[in-house]
Amino acid sequence: MSDLIKLTAADLAAKIAAGDVSAEEATRAHLDRIAEVDGRVHAFLHVDDAGAVEAARAVDARRAAGEKLGPLAGVPIAIKDVIATKGIPTTAASKILEGWRPPYDATVMTRIREAGMVMLGKTNMDEFAMGSSTEYSAYGPTYNPWDLTRIPGGSGGGSAAAVAGYEAPLAIGTDTGGSIRQPGAVTGTVGAKPTYGGTSRYGLIAFSSSLDTPGPVARTVLDTALLHEVIAGHDPRDSTSIPLPVPDVVAAARQGATGDLTGVRVGLVKEFSGEGAEPGVMAVYRDTVEALTKLGAEVVEVSCPHFQYALPAYYLIAPSECSSNLARFDAVRFGLRVGDDGRNSLEDVMSLTREAGFGDEVKRRIIIGTYALSSGYYDAYYGQAQKVRTLITRDFTSAFEQVDVLVSPTTPFTAFELGARTADPYQMYLADLYTIPTNLYGGPAISVPAGLSDGLPVGLQIMAPTMADDRMYRIAAAVESTVGTFTPPAL
Amino acid sequence: MAAISREEVAHLARLSRLAVTEQELDRFAGQLDVILQSVARVGEVAADDIPPTSHSVPLVNVLREDVVVPGLTREEALSGAPDSAEDRFRVPQILADEE
Repeated sequence: MSDLIKLTAADLAAKIAAGDVSAEEATRAHLDRIAEVDGRVHAFLHVDDAGAVEAARAVDARRAAGEKLGPLAGVPIAIKDVIATKGIPTTAASKILEGWRPPYDATVMTRIREAGMVMLGKTNMDEFAMGSSTEYSAYGPTYNPWDLTRIPGGSGGGSAAAVAGYEAPLAIGTDTGGSIRQPGAVTGTVGAKPTYGGTSRYGLIAFSSSLDTPGPVARTVLDTALLHEVIAGHDPRDSTSIPLPVPDVVAAARQGATGDLTGVRVGLVKEFSGEGAEPGVMAVYRDTVEALTKLGAEVVEVSCPHFQYALPAYYLIAPSECSSNLARFDAVRFGLRVGDDGRNSLEDVMSLTREAGFGDEVKRRIIIGTYALSSGYYDAYYGQAQKVRTLITRDFTSAFEQVDVLVSPTTPFTAFELGARTADPYQMYLADLYTIPTNLYGGPAISVPAGLSDGLPVGLQIMAPTMADDRMYRIAAAVESTVGTFTPPAL
Repeated sequence: MAAISREEVAHLARLSRLAVTEQELDRFAGQLDVILQSVARVGEVAADDIPPTSHSVPLVNVLREDVVVPGLTREEALSGAPDSAEDRFRVPQILADEE
């Protein structure tokens, strides 16, 4: 295994900037690693070898010409397959988009290219980002590099596994109910959900538009912050993009790395302090809270009484939005068409195409969303869920009057075995119990590795107020400075 | 009592343009019932006077500068279509012959 793949993105970028390593060498080292291990991990749905080498050479040429390049120039990156990449297959892990090559780049992708970063390929995920294990991919599951019989989390299991397995130093995920943070927790990587509106949704295949948030995945907190800085910021092409400066997440990560949290007030979410979580997860969580105290933080318990209703509210709001968003898959403008035999009507062709193109979980959510939005049930389901969303937001607002950040375990359980939760879809939903409240509120949250339970990674979740993304990076970096990083067994 | 019947699931699937199979209906009806019974817990919250939140960012009437920027060409816009004809998306017949 080449030493280049073990470097952090920050160190690799520094070597490339100093001329010790070319972007092409860095890229080839990662492509070699993908060729070596991805048959077993299956983090990628598409590897763009030729495009990656070409992009790396272009960066090397620009550097040779004396051009000033960004802090991550030449560093390879993996992109979740829900992000539109011009000319490169983009499927959202669905059969309905098999073979689609978008005619444009998502804003996140445009910024990555402008930063001189090198896209290695597209990562596996639960179909349309609906799931918590990557088992709902139409192209087969991803396997956790820590234990190939276990799930890598979801929906962004491919991005997390690629980073954990040293196939890429960095990756992009998207987080609607925990799809960046929960995979981060179960693969021992760092995953951040920025403030909703802090990163652009333009070119992100929509699942639940009021919740979807692209964000960074990496092995260290500083790397995560460096990537956050590249992709964040106002985008006129996304009307919900926030027209404010990006919080200085990189400075916050460096400050946190000093390990001094004197004067920081940390709130423990009372409602997430035990029930439903594995004992091993809670043991790591308690140790980490103890460590925060030793770093100087003032730790208090805070009650957020409506958080217990976040999961049910989410599983009404997200399916409702998805049932509307996925109406665009109509067998006309892109993707699959089935049954167009000259006799079937347009409506029949749509129904046959959607039946053939969507997997079970996507169909279940479309049906639930259609139900929750139907006239007889709207007030009791969708309308009521939106009111609960208001109450959850108020819980956050009042908590942040008392503390600077809230913490909890990221997910109630460590990586489970493949197949363990697919028979009962609701058991799968429980993986997102602790991550969902933040999405409903819209604030930022990060998962940072906190320890191991029976040899499997456990994450600490840090939640911060809207547009205070820097705060969570400071705490996360402080945690990392005291517990260290975690390396999976050799693949 | 079940929150949702097999017949309701079949009706919702039709509305959603999903040509689900009998086997899927058997499977989904039970699964969706479990999910709906669980999410119905939102009804436990007393929220009559609470305004709904549709979106976490309180922005209204977001406008941008009215500047012409290049868009997709016709060829690009049609590049992913399953079928096209005469520079347009081709759709299956919408009206039956006798109409």
